[in-house]
Amino acid sequence: MDNNMLILTIVVALYLFMIGYLGYYGYRTTKNALDYLVAGRNVHPFVMALSYGATFISTSAIVGFGGAAALFGMGLLWLTFLNIFVGIIIAFIVFGKRTRKMGHNLDAHTFPELLGKRFNSKFVQGFSGLVIFLFMPLYSAAVLIGAARFLETTFPAYINFNVALLIYTLIICAYVLAGGLKGVMYTDALQGAIMFVGMAALLVFTYVKLGGVIVAHQALGSLIAKVPPKLVEAGHMGWTSMPKFGSSLWWNLVSTIVMGVGIGVLTQPQLAVRFMTVKSNKEINRAVLAGGVFILFMTGVAFVVGALSNVYFVNNPVFGKISLAVAEGNIDKIIPIFINSAMPTWFVYLFMLTLLSAAMSTTSSQFHALGTSIGRDVFEKVILGGKNAKHTVLITRIGIVLGVIATVILGYKLPGSIIAIATAIFFGLCASTFLPSYIGALFWKRMTKTGVMASMLTGFFGTALWLLFVHQKESEALGLCKFIFNKPTLAKFPWVVVDPIVVVLPISLVVAFSVSLFTKKIDKEHVNACFKNI
Amino acid sequence: MLGIDDPKIWSAYLLCILSALFCVGYGLVNWNKGDEIVRPEDKKWVEGEKKAEKDL
Repeated sequence: MDNNMLILTIVVALYLFMIGYLGYYGYRTTKNALDYLVAGRNVHPFVMALSYGATFISTSAIVGFGGAAALFGMGLLWLTFLNIFVGIIIAFIVFGKRTRKMGHNLDAHTFPELLGKRFNSKFVQGFSGLVIFLFMPLYSAAVLIGAARFLETTFPAYINFNVALLIYTLIICAYVLAGGLKGVMYTDALQGAIMFVGMAALLVFTYVKLGGVIVAHQALGSLIAKVPPKLVEAGHMGWTSMPKFGSSLWWNLVSTIVMGVGIGVLTQPQLAVRFMTVKSNKEINRAVLAGGVFILFMTGVAFVVGALSNVYFVNNPVFGKISLAVAEGNIDKIIPIFINSAMPTWFVYLFMLTLLSAAMSTTSSQFHALGTSIGRDVFEKVILGGKNAKHTVLITRIGIVLGVIATVILGYKLPGSIIAIATAIFFGLCASTFLPSYIGALFWKRMTKTGVMASMLTGFFGTALWLLFVHQKESEALGLCKFIFNKPTLAKFPWVVVDPIVVVLPISLVVAFSVSLFTKKIDKEHVNACFKNI
Repeated sequence: MLGIDDPKIWSAYLLCILSALFCVGYGLVNWNKGDEIVRPEDKKWVEGEKKAEKDL
């Protein structure tokens, strides 16, 4: 074991000890968000914002989407804009405040439970739980792959990707078993703070290394001649330009990456429930301040640095080529290779902690959402008819274990350059399936149970059919279309590159609202109870 | 602007910063607004959440 490996092991061990201590301290003193709420006191707004931000931003955003920025260029900044505008401003101010009150009015503790109780429907709760349970592993695998790619790149002589994946799985499992699911807010906040420092330092280092903001951007713009012919054909017009309007690359960037993830954040089950843990709207108002800045420093930095990595690699005689070529076509490796070759050794350690924090805070809440979706929403509500059974906890635990297993298997099986795609599929699926119902639940008293059921089924099956038979990247990989129709996709350009969210979400919205107008209203008394004090 | 020629890119760059600044402004302006008393529903919700956490 060389010195670097030894130092890193010590740093990571110290970090894990600190996280463990904070978790234990939080547990002993029961100073979590819930106690503050009961006591009528406010959680420090920055703590809430850092906690939300650490859950929202994962290694997927930093490593996966940062790598995508190295491929697509700075056009990914539109996603950062949506991350702040939709993920913070709309999510906190418009959705968050009502979610908190309605969640408490209905005594709902999970996202499916909120929808199920609002529309008085076992089906709505059970179906939502099942969708989350079955597809969340795609997202959690993306998070795990992002962390493992960094470890693999940092110590290629000792750790290959499979071992790195196993190490992260063990760390995260230990964290979850030690109580990481409880979301002790100071643990989350510490992780958020480390992420903030790591990303801020990365931005400064990168711009300084490349000669300053304007010089770096100009250098990136001047690389246009280095764009590979295949990418030019697909619509690439340089890293400081948007792809050609209507080209396959443009649709990929705008519909899948920007819209899928940018809008899908509203319906992330592990994020929506966070609003219920605060005492009042005052905390949400204050958290907006830190939340916006935090996200800017997470995805904003990752996307700028990802794109600028091309300048570093081209100008460095050791590499002399663009990021995509340096990473041998696997965009998930670009950020890890850049950090390891361009940054000082101590920064690599800091960044390792940044990624470990990003992975731990997100995956623990993902596994929590996975477990409760099968235990509370499917088993307790649908199978037992709402009776609080002693087996619910057991099923939840089994659900978490199955979720971890599915995540690890997917981590091993999924191909390269998959992080951003897998994340976008899950976010898009959630948006098309849940968003119309979530909007109706919070803002339209006239929305009916039948309208919600029709919308959810349209959103889910519409997305599934689109991925299986139309969107070529997935339909080709899944192979069902080829098996049945003997061709990779049933559609023609541009539909083969248009993300399902562009087509299915509007249909799902129309279905939700139009079916509601013609079906039986929900009992007025129940609706009033849902909207009490809203 | 900022060494970037394409307005569709530099506008995104600026919008990111402006939206973050909006968040700062919103937070400051509403810093003391929205305080609420803890209702029985809130307490009941917390008890349910704590029980679920404890069981798990």
